[in-house]
Amino acid sequence: MTVWEVFRRERKGQPFQHAGSLDAPDAGFAAAWAREQYGRRGESEALWLVPRAAIREVRDFPDALDLAYRRVDGYSLKERLREARERAGTAARDR
Amino acid sequence: MTETEFVEYLHAGGQVEAGDWMPDEYRARLVKFVQMHGSSELMGVLPEREWILRAPTLKRKLALTAKVQDEVGHAQLIFRVVEDLGKPRERCLAELAAGEARFHNVFHYPTRTWGDVGVIAWLVDAAAIISQKALLKCSYAPYARIMKKICWEESFHILHGRDVVLAMVTGTDEQRELVQEAIDRWWPPLMQFHGTRIPADEDPMLHWRIKTQGNEEARQQFLESYVPQIRELGLSIPDPKLRRRDDGVWEYTEPDWDELRAVVTGHGPRSQERLELRRRFFEQERWVREAVLAA
Repeated sequence: MTVWEVFRRERKGQPFQHAGSLDAPDAGFAAAWAREQYGRRGESEALWLVPRAAIREVRDFPDALDLAYRRVDGYSLKERLREARERAGTAARDR
Repeated sequence: MTETEFVEYLHAGGQVEAGDWMPDEYRARLVKFVQMHGSSELMGVLPEREWILRAPTLKRKLALTAKVQDEVGHAQLIFRVVEDLGKPRERCLAELAAGEARFHNVFHYPTRTWGDVGVIAWLVDAAAIISQKALLKCSYAPYARIMKKICWEESFHILHGRDVVLAMVTGTDEQRELVQEAIDRWWPPLMQFHGTRIPADEDPMLHWRIKTQGNEEARQQFLESYVPQIRELGLSIPDPKLRRRDDGVWEYTEPDWDELRAVVTGHGPRSQERLELRRRFFEQERWVREAVLAA
């Protein structure tokens, strides 16, 4: 038996989302059971069945060089903005 | 990650995936709880199954068959979750057949009339969906995800049950009496269904965020939603102490907790008969499982 991960899409244009898993001896059985479990009432527009073993999962995202300039938290505008407003004489509008 | 960090992570709303590290106690409690849920889904179809052949119309027969099929499907999904936690489905089924696995109290009682079928689908499923909706926020994410589908299907069952009950209370006096008599019998088990009042800080299931709702909270929610719905049909509830206080809290006669304990340990009125049926099917369908495994 192989464990298959089931992803379902509710409507065209939406992302496929993980729904659950099932075990089946082959792709034919997997499709039959996935239809029964996730498509009996028109709740899915499409299903993706992926053998769990075929999934390559990545969990670690090393940032050894601290590349903060690529992230929103890499920019702190507050101080500079205050200074810029002071110089421009628009500081009063700053609450 | 230490156990303390793990608990902090859960209390901050963190969720756990199948392959993640988890403390042994968390895994053990999850397995026990989820397995009980799976066993209940599987045993829950037996009382209703008795009425498939006796359903009053073809439409009712089809609807009831579909509900039974849904519940068995839930059991399959849930046992799959248990399997990922390290306990094979075959062992869950074997423990159930051997009478070693617990299942919900309400599935140990007889279904005497068609009124029971309506009351079970409406009120037993209503009580169950309250617990299951709270499980949408379970700290174990794979379980929480399948709960979405399960809750969605249970809402059909409640509609189906309510429709059966409405048809009967708008029918003959005899039909109305069948519903009333069913409610009279099902009320005590329904009040026991959510379990004893465990204080939140002593409930290990809340500690591990497997459950996010206390037993009494679930029961109060059930009463708040369903007592008015039962009463508006002119049906009565067999509890003279039942009343809603000004602060919104429902008072009721203390449920018989000894009965609950006896029933869930296999001493209910139909416990042994239903387990016998489960054993019979477990053996009878062995060839199917073997054929699939050999495919």
